[in-house]
Amino acid sequence: MDNPTATDLPTVAVTGEPTRAPMIGPLLSVRNLSVSFSTDDGIVRAVDSASFDVMANETVGIVGESGSGKTVTSMAILGLLPKTAKITGEITFRGESLIDASERQLEQIRGKQIAMIFQDALAALNPVYSVGKQIAEAIRVHNPDVGKPAMRERCIELLDLVGIPNPTERVDQFPHEYSGGMRQRAMIAMSIANEPELLIADEPTTALDVTIQAQVLEVLERIQDRTNSAIMLITHDLGVVAGVADRVVVMYAGRQVEVGSVDQIFYEPRHAYTEGLLASLPRLDRRADKHSRLHRIVGQPPSLIFLPTGCAFHPRCPHAEVPGRCDSERPELVDVGPAHQSSCFFADRVAAAVKVDQS
Amino acid sequence: MLTYISRRALYSIPVILIATFLSFWAVRSTFDPTAKVRVSRTGARAAEQIRVRLHLHDSIFEQYGYWLGDAVQGDLGDSERTHEAVGTMMTRAFGNTLQLIGWGVLISALIAVALGVYSATHQYSKLDYTFTGLSFVGLAMPAFWFGLIAIQWLAVWPKETFNLNDPIFYSVGLHSGDQSGMFNLDYVRHLVLPVLTLTVLTIAEWSRFQRASMLDVMSADYIRTARAKGVPRRSVVIRHGLRNALIPLVTVVALDVGALFGGAIITESIFSIDGMGRLFIDSINAGDVQVLTAWVVVTAVFIVAFNLLADVLYGVLDPRIRLS
Repeated sequence: MDNPTATDLPTVAVTGEPTRAPMIGPLLSVRNLSVSFSTDDGIVRAVDSASFDVMANETVGIVGESGSGKTVTSMAILGLLPKTAKITGEITFRGESLIDASERQLEQIRGKQIAMIFQDALAALNPVYSVGKQIAEAIRVHNPDVGKPAMRERCIELLDLVGIPNPTERVDQFPHEYSGGMRQRAMIAMSIANEPELLIADEPTTALDVTIQAQVLEVLERIQDRTNSAIMLITHDLGVVAGVADRVVVMYAGRQVEVGSVDQIFYEPRHAYTEGLLASLPRLDRRADKHSRLHRIVGQPPSLIFLPTGCAFHPRCPHAEVPGRCDSERPELVDVGPAHQSSCFFADRVAAAVKVDQS
Repeated sequence: MLTYISRRALYSIPVILIATFLSFWAVRSTFDPTAKVRVSRTGARAAEQIRVRLHLHDSIFEQYGYWLGDAVQGDLGDSERTHEAVGTMMTRAFGNTLQLIGWGVLISALIAVALGVYSATHQYSKLDYTFTGLSFVGLAMPAFWFGLIAIQWLAVWPKETFNLNDPIFYSVGLHSGDQSGMFNLDYVRHLVLPVLTLTVLTIAEWSRFQRASMLDVMSADYIRTARAKGVPRRSVVIRHGLRNALIPLVTVVALDVGALFGGAIITESIFSIDGMGRLFIDSINAGDVQVLTAWVVVTAVFIVAFNLLADVLYGVLDPRIRLS
């Protein structure tokens, strides 16, 4: 084997890692996924029949506000939800069901084929172990035979790859000695240690300042170029999605409201919630007069225990016909364009409104 | 790490001085060393001799100074009760208490950690509820009551029921008359009941604490991270959960152990063990000022020392403390 140059991703598998079989169909497929929790106050429907695919080497952005079911969806994929969660539907990874997989099988997949980057890296890293030790653990779990010096070498390479300065010293430091941005990079280094085919990044840039956000996203993109892994990017920040994602899933109150390419979502939204989100973005290209304020979506997201009837968004929707279909009938996700779906009865009204606004 | 330890040790010097002075002052102002001799015919002269010997004409600060000067040279004075050197008496009593507490703490800590971890990882299971219920019983049970029950059930009844020559577990002292040494069956048979009595409360207390601490840690984000890496559950519980959950427990244990050196009084009295507790009671009853002073001061030093140990262990276990 050649000496890895600084730009190569450190090869982690010790011996003949089987080359990845060519994928036919999606890498990850989620069908009618519903997750609910029984609480003292009632049943919380955290995710309600979500269906989406992630293709190999693709970046899918999952967008929604807090409580829209983004994180629960990703936890369900890795089987990390507590036993109290009631999960129905199908999750298949490379054609094999993750819902039916045993804990042992899931342990084989976690961190090796599907890895996760968590938000708030300070809390997500164990305070009593050095960063190097925690990265090494991720490798050792799946490659028990790697020797100590080789392991250390690899941890340093990984830290170097995600842009940690002085990795030979940093590898022995503890998470609290890192800055916020560095911790998030260390988290990324840990997640890519085994070159997973799917990276789930749960709000990787939340709580980082904007320049660090950009750096972290840049690292993610660079990693993806190297490893050809697919990324599921969970965020509430449309700006992040715009820069990185190929396709976008917009979630509201545990339901998918719109799915489409990043261009479709940003330029041709077909759901009133997406429209509202976009309008709420501060923009440099539009002159605001002195007294105008940033647009906001009126009202609060609903309680997941007492969801509004019909479309969950109708109480906040400017296009809703109430009383009418919107508060009586639940809209299904339907095609509104090529590979573009929306669950809005009045997708055309949204389209018209957007058109007026853009002109 | 070394600077951390030495800084902590330096901090505890003034604490020890203040604590020992207060203890010294409390004993000297409570007991009159001349009380016993004053009433006799030669009382006045004898009392004066004692006053001169203990520097009672001087201020309390000077008295403390004289006492401390002798104490650091190993001279704690002589007992007025037995006329033995106080140092020798303390050493003997301390050795016996140490055996009791050493085993008691070791066993309590192991059992409490095991119970706490089990309860936390099987929260709301039947066994968790059972342990919770038992720990409340343990917390509510006074040592003098439990000790007597233990003697009755485990020493007296078996002996009477099976017509044995000796009880299975002895309830007096640490050795039979002709025996000594620490690693023989006789020793163990003597140790079981007092250690059991001592551990009931500590197990109950520490296992509750360990359960709470473990529950807290197991819901932390880094536990989820470890699972997302594919670490098997058992390793997650031990390497990530227990390792972090032990940090607060170690502090509690270290503090409790310091206090136990003076606090096993009831257990020692029930089982007639010549330890620190017995020495304390006997000295109080006899108004033995020299022994009492030494006893209170040494106990205070122990509590401070174990506080220091708690601090150091905290630093060892938690890198965030160590480096700041």
